[in-house]
Amino acid sequence: MNFAEKILAAHCGKRKVAPGEFINVRSDLILSNDITAPIAIREFKRIGVKKVFDPKKIVMVADHFVPNKDITSAEQTKIMRDFAYEYGIIYYDVGQMGIEHCLLPEKGLVVPGDVVIGADSHTCTYGALGAFATGMGSTDIAAAMATGDIWMKVPQTIKFVYHGKLPKWVGGKDLILYTIGQIGVDGALYAAMEFTGKAIDQLPMDGRFTMANMAIEAGGKAGLFHVDKKTLDYVKEHATRPHKVYEPDKNAEYAQVYEWDISKMEPQVSLPHLPSNAKPVSKVGNIIIDQAVIGSCTNGRLSDLRTAAEILKGKKVHPKVRCIVIPGTQQIYLDAMKEGLLEIFIKAGAVVSTPTCGPCLGGYMGILAGGERCISTTNRNFVGRMGSPKSEVYLAGPAVAAASAIKGKITSPEKI
Amino acid sequence: MFKGEAYKYGANVDTDAIIPARYLNISEPALLAEHCMEDIDIDFVKRVKKGDIITATTNFGCGSSREHAPLAIKASGISCVIAKSFARIFFRNSIDIGLPLLESDDAPDGIKAGDTVEVDLEKGTIKNVTTGKQFTAKPYPEFMSELVKAGGLIEYTKRRVVTR
Repeated sequence: MNFAEKILAAHCGKRKVAPGEFINVRSDLILSNDITAPIAIREFKRIGVKKVFDPKKIVMVADHFVPNKDITSAEQTKIMRDFAYEYGIIYYDVGQMGIEHCLLPEKGLVVPGDVVIGADSHTCTYGALGAFATGMGSTDIAAAMATGDIWMKVPQTIKFVYHGKLPKWVGGKDLILYTIGQIGVDGALYAAMEFTGKAIDQLPMDGRFTMANMAIEAGGKAGLFHVDKKTLDYVKEHATRPHKVYEPDKNAEYAQVYEWDISKMEPQVSLPHLPSNAKPVSKVGNIIIDQAVIGSCTNGRLSDLRTAAEILKGKKVHPKVRCIVIPGTQQIYLDAMKEGLLEIFIKAGAVVSTPTCGPCLGGYMGILAGGERCISTTNRNFVGRMGSPKSEVYLAGPAVAAASAIKGKITSPEKI
Repeated sequence: MFKGEAYKYGANVDTDAIIPARYLNISEPALLAEHCMEDIDIDFVKRVKKGDIITATTNFGCGSSREHAPLAIKASGISCVIAKSFARIFFRNSIDIGLPLLESDDAPDGIKAGDTVEVDLEKGTIKNVTTGKQFTAKPYPEFMSELVKAGGLIEYTKRRVVTR
């Protein structure tokens, strides 16, 4: 069995599972947020059980439109908050919250070998920890909150091998944008993606979270990384719960294997309106921008902010650009403050926001007008994703976003 | 059995296009339906009638996990969606809430916008009444048929918790 199959077999009480098989999977953690929880709660109440199956394995995070942007979003969050307190589940509200996929690993709620399901498509982020994590809808989460398990079809696995040494400004975001560019937005539809190779070994945990996070952008069900010393160090620092390390068998089967040498890769940019429209930054052309967003569950971690700060230090954001920096969690915010990163951003003319998903999905805190363009470290550049259906989002890593903010047009970090 | 007018879309219709996130501060299906498809087809909501059908090519419903997307489509009056392929989470969500999806390689190419289409879910047949052409949808796996027959995931789960 491969990596994904091993974790799934262990969570459905079978010695062996195979792609295409329908199984009932026990979940170690069940997640929802201020957008998806209200529907999950409505459906949960229809089931008619009095309790959730285990309040310690259910977590809700207020992060999408929080601190609430308007009355209707406040009403939605209130439904979640009231439920969380009534049923005694794990809950993070303003003051403790962060963007869920930055927050849960930091709080030690996910460890290697877990199965995690979440009513959020970017739940696949936790694959960076060697867990099988996948996004679902609210009704799935409602059923799982009642029973602790959920149906799944065992996915095929596609293996990705990245050879070579990571160039200076190339990180997890560039590798995953390149990958989606190569295979397309449905190139891994229904499949688990397994990321391996020498370049992956060099990639810090934050870069692995970024890659796993965007597995869904290729249609993937999960994005998995093998557990190594970096993973175990991370787990030791953040978690207390026991973990289990799974390894694929030597004769493990894969639906497909892709291999790339990334030694000469340039930072990547995905042009509107699909994450698969990836190009090397030098081939993007003259694209004037109005806004730069550095943050999100994809790139709102401390090393992302360090990269952006390295470029913005002592420089000024272009007068015609709004640069919005959003640390992923309260802890990241605090660490960035202690390291002096926030001072660098503010002196450069950027704004620093409290943790929120905010502009990534066109919620608030940086909505685009018609005809405007944004370079963004977020994960989707669909039509209308960050505001007006006539606006444009260009996806990139923090280095390109920071460099572009300074120059007022999409720029390689090499040129700063 | 469903019969209605076809609305035709291409590849990778994402859930932001089906229901933009600016409306995710509501969760009532009828209110969501008022904005269904508005960023890619402003006339959809004005024209759609009960029973009408959406056709699309590949990867329909990609992107966010928002269940608001199939809820909005269903509440708009659309009876079913026919596509060459569906994004994974959208597929789950639709089955869970009882929005029928039909996967077919040839039907989406054989149906034009405005054609009248008739769908027999039991038999998995899709008939373009306008042209007379008939197509077959791929059958659901056995487990999914059970879910559909139970009336969606909540009804299915109700039975499971009762028999425990």
